[in-house]
Amino acid sequence: MERIKISVLSGKGGTGKTTVSVNLAKTLKESFYVDCDVEEPNGYLFLNPEIEYEKDVNVLIPEIDYDKCTLCGECVKACRFGALTKLIKKILVFDHLCHSCGACYEICPYNAIREVPKKIGTIRKGKVDTLDFIDGRLNYGEATGVPILREINKMIKDVAKPVIVDSPPGTSCSVIHSIEGSDFCILVTEPTPYGLHDLDLAVQLVKEMNIPMGIVINKAGERDELIEEYAQKEGIRVLAKIPFKRKLAQAYSTGKLLIEVDEEIKSIFGRLASDVLGLIKK
Amino acid sequence: MKVAVSSQGKTLESHVDTRFGRAQFFIIVDTETMDYKVVDNLAVAQSSGAGTRAAQTLLDEGIEALISSNVGPNAMEVFKAAEIPVYKAVDKDVKTNIELLKKGELEKITEATNHGHHHHW
Amino acid sequence: MKQIAILSGKGGTGKTTVAATLSTIVKNKIMADCDVEAPNLNIILQGEIVEKYDFYGKETAVIDKDKCIECGLCEELCRFNAISNFEVNPYYCEGCGLCMYKCPVEAIKMVEEKTGHVIYAKTKEGEKVVYAELFPGADGSGKLVTEVRKKAKEVAEEEEYLIIDGAPGIGCPVLASATGVDLVLIVTEPTLSGFADMKRVMSAIETFKVPVTVCINKWDLNKEVSEEIENYCEQNGIPVVGRINFDETVVKALKNLKSLKDYPESVAYRQILDMWENIKRILEERAVTQ
Repeated sequence: MERIKISVLSGKGGTGKTTVSVNLAKTLKESFYVDCDVEEPNGYLFLNPEIEYEKDVNVLIPEIDYDKCTLCGECVKACRFGALTKLIKKILVFDHLCHSCGACYEICPYNAIREVPKKIGTIRKGKVDTLDFIDGRLNYGEATGVPILREINKMIKDVAKPVIVDSPPGTSCSVIHSIEGSDFCILVTEPTPYGLHDLDLAVQLVKEMNIPMGIVINKAGERDELIEEYAQKEGIRVLAKIPFKRKLAQAYSTGKLLIEVDEEIKSIFGRLASDVLGLIKK
Repeated sequence: MKVAVSSQGKTLESHVDTRFGRAQFFIIVDTETMDYKVVDNLAVAQSSGAGTRAAQTLLDEGIEALISSNVGPNAMEVFKAAEIPVYKAVDKDVKTNIELLKKGELEKITEATNHGHHHHW
Repeated sequence: MKQIAILSGKGGTGKTTVAATLSTIVKNKIMADCDVEAPNLNIILQGEIVEKYDFYGKETAVIDKDKCIECGLCEELCRFNAISNFEVNPYYCEGCGLCMYKCPVEAIKMVEEKTGHVIYAKTKEGEKVVYAELFPGADGSGKLVTEVRKKAKEVAEEEEYLIIDGAPGIGCPVLASATGVDLVLIVTEPTLSGFADMKRVMSAIETFKVPVTVCINKWDLNKEVSEEIENYCEQNGIPVVGRINFDETVVKALKNLKSLKDYPESVAYRQILDMWENIKRILEERAVTQ
């Protein structure tokens, strides 16, 4: 099977992005689940993968070689993030202000800057039956998971099966990094005014990136028209409605897959999977 | 002694600016002669690392003490490393603060007053 | 002014519902919505906009086509793959300036980029709400959070509390939401994800040395996990200040854009009232010991 990338996103957090991602990945059987919500990676709780390996994600930060440094201060002037400060006898480096852009390294006239790795997170790769699994995890105190997302993107570039990407919440640049190159985006929302507000932000983002998309209404059953009217106005298909049931909320709470506890949900995901694959082929 | 004061205006009568990295101006005062020089805080317009950049500007001016408030942890680390004492400004004008410093009545700050600036802040 | 940050780690645990309900309970406060990527608080508070201004959160490289000799050096040097075919992708550009420094013909300059709006609003009751909207795809949400808090302080007069509806996750915007506050309230839910994310956000803000409290929303949804959360909190000396039932009224209120105050008899509303008493007590005890 050829590689297709399907990204699941939501704008608002907690609408059921991970629920849709893991259940869809499991429904597809021969697929690749990728958790790009590196601040709160939770897909593993539902899939229980066997981890095959784990690797560090590093960024490069400058280190000054004082045998060569003349304290000319060119690096300090070049750094637009204030990560370097020149004192009388040394250059102070602030790791957590550094963006690893390499400007100081490139600018230094005396070759006095080395770049050394600093760990900001990890990527785990594993398997559950025929399903491949990857998740990224940002270390505490680190500001951005984008370098982890870049690394994950490299790992899934040549995968020969459908890739389901569980994206970060929100609409910031890390969402862009996780959904870039997608063949299709599934936008998960809930039928509340908040869900609608945040869905609209996500729709704007996906439109900007020219990726085809469809909507899944989670916790559906009451006031669904809120989302349906919006979808119609925007010309976006509502692909599926996942009904709200207390039983499902409870299954979720213990890390169970909804398709394994409810026949109705199982057939909803079956249809969702074939609809999305069908839409991509067109 | 050369002392920098974060300030909202350009004279000794100006009110102190309670911010450090994002202060409008620094007034650098010679405490013996009360001569002063105004330095525009160029870091104020910078989107990142305003604290450390403002600190660098003052180091380059060769200050020996700073009067301000709300100094973040990065800038505080710079002043500590450079052995420049930081004093907490009282909510008055620049001149009053200098006089209080001369009398030894300003409180010295050793810890950052806010948890500051991270990567993308 | 006492600052309280409401966090959750995981999204959708009820952070904004708790914040919005507190805003009807607590008098003499300012509300700040620091979830700048999905600002929902004012949707329910319905404050009228008093002031709205642009926020410039980042620099972006711009190539002057007339000067560019298409040598490709910038593309080769850029660590963020932000330049291809002599054009800058603003979503990828970090604003580091390396391309500008190295361009042999000075064809590149850095320009401040608008990344969002900051909004100051007032409700019918004259209460203040500050929030922001990050433009979709923009970088630097943490900086925008800092700006929201700055604006809230600026418009503050005699208010006793600043209640911050924080960002989800554990990254920069969360740290920016919680830095320097007097108390953190983590709203969690008894699900494995909710529990895992609560622990992650606690670890992320550990260095702030701020008193942390926990509210278990929908606590009767899965009492086993609720108990695990309670045990974990007890072992770590973190007070569980609120337990809110899985109450259909909350869902009804959410769907109809109502505040829980409109359902004063509901279990959830009364539980949030109790929670606020607990929070106030902790803040007072803390004020005494200091």
